Amino acid sequence: MWSLSHITNEIHEWLSSTFNPTWTLIFEMVLAGVAVIGLFAVLGLVLVIMERKVSAWMQIRLGPNRVGPKGILQSTADTIKLMVKEGMTPSGADKFLFNLAPFIAMIVAMLLMAPLAFAKDFQLWDLNIGVLFVSAISSLSVISILMAGWASNNKYSLLGAMRSGAQIVSYELSAGLSVLSIVVLAGSLSVSDIINSQADGWWIFKGHIPAIIAFITFIIAVTAETNRAPFDLAEAESELTAGFHTEYSGMKFALFFLAEYVNVFIVCAIGATLFLGGWMPLHIGSWDGFNHAMDYIPSSIWFFGKTFFLIFLIMWFRWTFPRLRIDQLLNLEWKYLLPISMINLLLITAMAILKWHF
Amino acid sequence: MYRQTDIIEDNRDTAQGNFVINVGPQHPATHGVLHLVITLNGETIQKIEPHLGYIHRSIEKMCESLSYRQFIYVTSRMDYLSAHINNHACSLCVEKGLQVEIPPRAQVIRVLMDELTRIASHELWWGAMAMDLGAFTPFFHAFRERETINDIMEETCGARLTMNYMVPGGVMHDIHPNFQKRVKDFMQLYKKKINEYDELVTGNVIFQNRMKGVGVISAEDAVSYGCTGPVARGSGVSSDIRKIYPYEIYDKLEFDEVLETGGDSFARYMVRIREMQQSIRIVEQLIDNIPEGDFMTKTKAVLKLPKGEFYSRVETARGELGVYIVSEGATTPYRIKFRSPGFSNLSILDKMVRGGKIGDLIAAMGTLDLVIPDIDR
Amino acid sequence: MKFIVKYIKDIWGAITSLLKGMRRTLYYFTHHKEIITQQYPDNRDTLNLPERFKGEVVMPHDENNEHRCTGCQACELACPNGTIKVIFKNEINAEGKKKKAIDKLVYHLELCTMCNLCIEACPSDAIKMAQTFEHSVFDRNQLTKILNNPGSKIMEGVE
Repeated sequence: MWSLSHITNEIHEWLSSTFNPTWTLIFEMVLAGVAVIGLFAVLGLVLVIMERKVSAWMQIRLGPNRVGPKGILQSTADTIKLMVKEGMTPSGADKFLFNLAPFIAMIVAMLLMAPLAFAKDFQLWDLNIGVLFVSAISSLSVISILMAGWASNNKYSLLGAMRSGAQIVSYELSAGLSVLSIVVLAGSLSVSDIINSQADGWWIFKGHIPAIIAFITFIIAVTAETNRAPFDLAEAESELTAGFHTEYSGMKFALFFLAEYVNVFIVCAIGATLFLGGWMPLHIGSWDGFNHAMDYIPSSIWFFGKTFFLIFLIMWFRWTFPRLRIDQLLNLEWKYLLPISMINLLLITAMAILKWHF
Repeated sequence: MYRQTDIIEDNRDTAQGNFVINVGPQHPATHGVLHLVITLNGETIQKIEPHLGYIHRSIEKMCESLSYRQFIYVTSRMDYLSAHINNHACSLCVEKGLQVEIPPRAQVIRVLMDELTRIASHELWWGAMAMDLGAFTPFFHAFRERETINDIMEETCGARLTMNYMVPGGVMHDIHPNFQKRVKDFMQLYKKKINEYDELVTGNVIFQNRMKGVGVISAEDAVSYGCTGPVARGSGVSSDIRKIYPYEIYDKLEFDEVLETGGDSFARYMVRIREMQQSIRIVEQLIDNIPEGDFMTKTKAVLKLPKGEFYSRVETARGELGVYIVSEGATTPYRIKFRSPGFSNLSILDKMVRGGKIGDLIAAMGTLDLVIPDIDR
Repeated sequence: MKFIVKYIKDIWGAITSLLKGMRRTLYYFTHHKEIITQQYPDNRDTLNLPERFKGEVVMPHDENNEHRCTGCQACELACPNGTIKVIFKNEINAEGKKKKAIDKLVYHLELCTMCNLCIEACPSDAIKMAQTFEHSVFDRNQLTKILNNPGSKIMEGVE
């Protein structure tokens, strides 16, 4: 069976046979860095064109269809345009922070790539607290937004940044609790252990209704955490023009834009890993024939298929729902999502102790 | 460095931790060049001060130098979303001065066009308001229906937005032979799609929470601020000119004046949604009963109104439009004054959203259905 | 207890209302035949504008290069913007009499609001609205047009 792990193993063997272990490690790190940056660029292009097509079809439009076949090169053209545009810094801005903020957004998104398992045995860093690492790093993204909003010297930006601060801090709770419910079921924080625990079925199926509730809570919370509509209060086009990135232009704006899409990808990848089994094919209990047939589909296709399904779900939300108001947003978290996910976590813990799950 | 806020900022306000934001003249939610200076405390709105005049073209003064036939086309540029109804009001006023009876066919055509314009205007409002609240998809869905009306207008009147179709004495052309069939097709489409509006927006829990209890106008306030149209009717104030002072054939038609008593944004929203259905009802009554005959009375080549003052009022999609002409007996009016609905409706904005959040301002402003050229003229 | 029932009912009602909207957008996402976009510059050949569409004022000429304009200036008077200017010349007709005729009918497309009043005013149907609408040019002067063809004269029998 074709798999990405063969490629990595071959590269590793070739490097070890040619260089000493230190250089091998350095080369592999450089390779991984280049691969992540490359993945970033590709993801940005793919997700932007996907979003534009999804929105167009939902809005009975055609969407981009001029650049390249069926318009698939539209986002490439946009990127080139953004790269040659002047990145202006407002004269009243805090220049250092203003220019630093988009890079922080980017670095946070890059760090989150580390523990993701893209395919079977294809993972940058299989650390034993993978899920905790993701929760910890993802909360850093609010810093870049606050920094951008404060440094812009623009009241709209400041309002957007403050909204975003309140929003991300509160929604992290329910996102964390729903992640925790899977950790309880799987009994491990390591991403590879969580995936392996789903070899006889995904947690969303094995965990009965509480797992489904945890999944829904997770999707709502991460939609809010990535500042996507209906929770895009930090941007809120019709209220704050563009929120925290009002003053950004050119490539600095593009970095924020890219970071948003990469963040969406990452949270969807984590959702797919925790609830839908990551690269694990669809296995049903002891149906060996069916499970074998599913194994013939490469694991990377399973991973990206699930991830893009969740991304579609988040885009679907964005192009259907109106935006919430800031107080309603906080009400939803503190009055609904948080109590529900707490009770849900209790149920799941009881289920895990009593071994009620499949 | 010069900044506009430095001038506007009031020291008293800022000392209490308030700050001032300029919403507009370039802002996605003001739908034009409206400039609101809002004083905020955090997210809470303390004061709103509308600054007008960015698109003032002195239409009233311009009309004074144009003849009674010519000035009508300018009024299409006031409230461009109900251009037909503006032209209708001016024609009515000139006809009142000339004491011309217009033929029944022209009356029916005028009412039909008015109601189609009203539907088109409300469609656009519906989409734009959903967009203000952050839902972009309804805008395009609304445009599908609106486009059908625009096509009908284009076929009969020759233009899509600023038609100049109503002239003193009747209408400029007879209706196109396809008109009746296409209007019926439109009504079929509309009835099929109206449920989607409820699914997408009206029933949506986020939308309802954004609208209910937001921007409440009491009936007393609505009267004292001079609100008309759906804004007043959302507060339970009966203000439909078509019912109170019927013009053309409105007194012979069966339709209800839509009244909601909530006074909040959702009530105003429901008034407009139900008004579209009433307009459909009117069109249904008339479309098969257009009387035969002339579509225009013969008038003199050069119109001269007798010395005196003339006033006529109609119900546009936004409220009461009054046209007041002072004539000295010459070929051009001595003075023209338009009482535009948007101006009075805007004046209540500060009252209704004070103490709300920024999101409330956007939602409440959306339900006022402001057209800025109508306010500035 | 009542509170909890209401709480759960609220959530259920909210979720169903959201799902309804999502079903509607999914319907359009999967039904591409509902797309209403017109691909404008590509569909130029099949684009049908109604015959009443007001694009610009033109003066039709017949095959003998004759038009119907008597130069009565009714259009010039009817125009609210001063879009039309009639310039005269003196012509000597077959009987040796001096006769006033139009030299140029200057039409400023850049001022025109397509209100149709000139066409309504014209007593001899000399001008009409054309259905062209792609009027953008790089030089504004190109929008000032002379409606009568060079060397054209008035049709026989039009007074």
